Amino acid sequence: MRFILRRLGFFVLTLWVALTLNFLLPRMMPGNPAQAMIANHKGVVSPTALKALEAQFGLNTHQSLIGQYFRYLGDVATGKFGVSLTTQPGASVGRIVLDAIPWTLGLVGVTTVLAFILGTLIGILAAWKRGGHLDSIMPPVFVIMTVVPYFWLGLVLILIFGVKLHWFPYFFTYDYTLTPAFDWTFIGNVLHHAILPAFTLLITTIGTWILTMRNTMITTLAEDYIRMARAKGLPGRRIMIDYAARNAILPNLTGFAMSLGFVVGGAILIEYVFNYEGVGYLLLNAVNNDDYPLMQALFMLITAAVLVAILLSDIATAVLDPRTREAS
Amino acid sequence: MAMPRLGDLVPPAGQPGPVGPALLGRAVGAPAPGGGITGARSLRRMARAITSNRKATAGAVLLLIFIVIGLIPGVIAHVDPNTIYAPKLPPSGQHLLGTTALGQDMFAQVIYGTRPVLEIAFGVGLGATVIAMLIGVAAAYLGGAWDSALNLITDVLLVIPLFPLLIVLARYLNGAGTLVMIVVITATGWSYTARQLRSQALSIRNRDFLEAARVRGERSLYIIVVEIIPTMTSLLVASFLTNALYAVLFSSGLQFIGLGNPSVTSWGTMLYWAENNEAFQTGQTLWIIVPGLCIVALGAGFALLNYAFDEIGNPALRPVRSMQRSRQSSAGPAEQGLPGSSPERAGRGFRRSSPGPAERGKRVQPAK
Repeated sequence: MRFILRRLGFFVLTLWVALTLNFLLPRMMPGNPAQAMIANHKGVVSPTALKALEAQFGLNTHQSLIGQYFRYLGDVATGKFGVSLTTQPGASVGRIVLDAIPWTLGLVGVTTVLAFILGTLIGILAAWKRGGHLDSIMPPVFVIMTVVPYFWLGLVLILIFGVKLHWFPYFFTYDYTLTPAFDWTFIGNVLHHAILPAFTLLITTIGTWILTMRNTMITTLAEDYIRMARAKGLPGRRIMIDYAARNAILPNLTGFAMSLGFVVGGAILIEYVFNYEGVGYLLLNAVNNDDYPLMQALFMLITAAVLVAILLSDIATAVLDPRTREAS
Repeated sequence: MAMPRLGDLVPPAGQPGPVGPALLGRAVGAPAPGGGITGARSLRRMARAITSNRKATAGAVLLLIFIVIGLIPGVIAHVDPNTIYAPKLPPSGQHLLGTTALGQDMFAQVIYGTRPVLEIAFGVGLGATVIAMLIGVAAAYLGGAWDSALNLITDVLLVIPLFPLLIVLARYLNGAGTLVMIVVITATGWSYTARQLRSQALSIRNRDFLEAARVRGERSLYIIVVEIIPTMTSLLVASFLTNALYAVLFSSGLQFIGLGNPSVTSWGTMLYWAENNEAFQTGQTLWIIVPGLCIVALGAGFALLNYAFDEIGNPALRPVRSMQRSRQSSAGPAEQGLPGSSPERAGRGFRRSSPGPAERGKRVQPAK
């Protein structure tokens, strides 16, 4: 319990650091980016919105930096992230972000779970059949797969399966001729659009799971209790799953919980390449259109998501592995 | 394939901590008088390891090729990357890869684009390693309140999602040229290594040879620089490789979305212009394929070297054939890396067990 409280304290601190960065960066950077943004949008947004923006970014105000800072913290605590400038002018930033989250969770979340399960299984098998075909080809292949930039692989898959073969659509989240509805046509269309980006993500992330699992598993397989289990004559499958894999999976589980947090911001470039309207696409859109309020809110959201996931992973590890509890 | 004798490399039994330092098992266990000699010897051992491990050789060769290209681009490509020819020429003797939609020679662009990428990779690799070394070793060696404070900073930076932060920073900076890119990626990226180095330093803090140095009355600075840091050579190399790899991926990603300096010729910016000119739809496939392949090849160079060093450090991971051959000379490879045996305080972070390259690679995930 004390352990969890301590972790919680740490995450509140981290969140505060991220908030402070969000507050300070536009004010401290050379050339005053906030001023430039507002100058660009004079006349485009209404005078009241302009006033609100100036307040948000600390321009034309007599308030001291400290005063602005506390106001900012108060705004964030009460959920006031301001209004969007260019993405959907005038709309509340919170609203826009909430609309984008399900798409990212659906695409990246599901793919991450899939990559984790598949990768872990392959890793277990590869370590178990040491020196087999799987084990000898895989490591070098996946070492290389992990360095392929997501966005580039996405582009190549678009070229092969989209432009050349016309198998899959590669633009947007669904066909805009369709109206969103809960029927099979629409859901099928959404899934069809998700295949290429999901596949891109799957093959670039699965290598990490395979390699971690395989390497921990190999270390575990050399333990005395495995030798003992073999000496007792236990069936191989039982040793592999109950003795080795169960112990070796811990690092992978920790990593999994963490990567779930990265889901929200993780596939930024994939969403960008496929114009998939999730959080990452939104972030880059905001970045390209100087929509700083939206950009700040998204950065906060992504940080918070990562923190929650890591906290969950810490708790899970503490529950699953008594050694970590003793050590603390 | 002559593997180095295993006995040389296996760490003293029970030596905890990350896999890396195992390479220097003997140097840690029985320090030679004078750290300089230890460092030089371990470097020589590393050179031998590179030539004897196939993955390491492949990685080193890839890296060397790019370094040569980066040093003498003018010799390899004899046209300027920004001279304008007729747009969209197909590959020919004149233009090996054809020209872009903007009329530049694509081959020259790829060749001249190598140097900025390498500058960023080496700059970040060195910078992040040095910062991590200072902070990690200082935390471990000074202990107490210093340790807590430095550790807290490291931990906070470790959990803030890097790529979104980089995007935000680059946006505020109005696009990042090479130098800005190096500074920004270094400043945000050193934390993981710092944590590794700290646990390595912690694990040797109470060794006899450090005690001896203290009894001799050496100053802290001397002990840190001459006694502690040489025992970390392999971790430092691993850190350099990992950070360089991240830098390549991060910076190409940033350049691709237009947050680099679009007028600098580099692989990421090539992809940016290709995407902006709808290279696929207009049949300019090479414009996207070639720079991407270069990123992959350079990244693979760093990653293969790194993976090979892990194999060298953790004999259990080596291909089976060589493992059997060397079994006679070793007490069994599985001594290290037990989950929970690392000196890290549990619950503080995520690296409780031996971090293989795969786990190290994990941070790439959010980014690319």
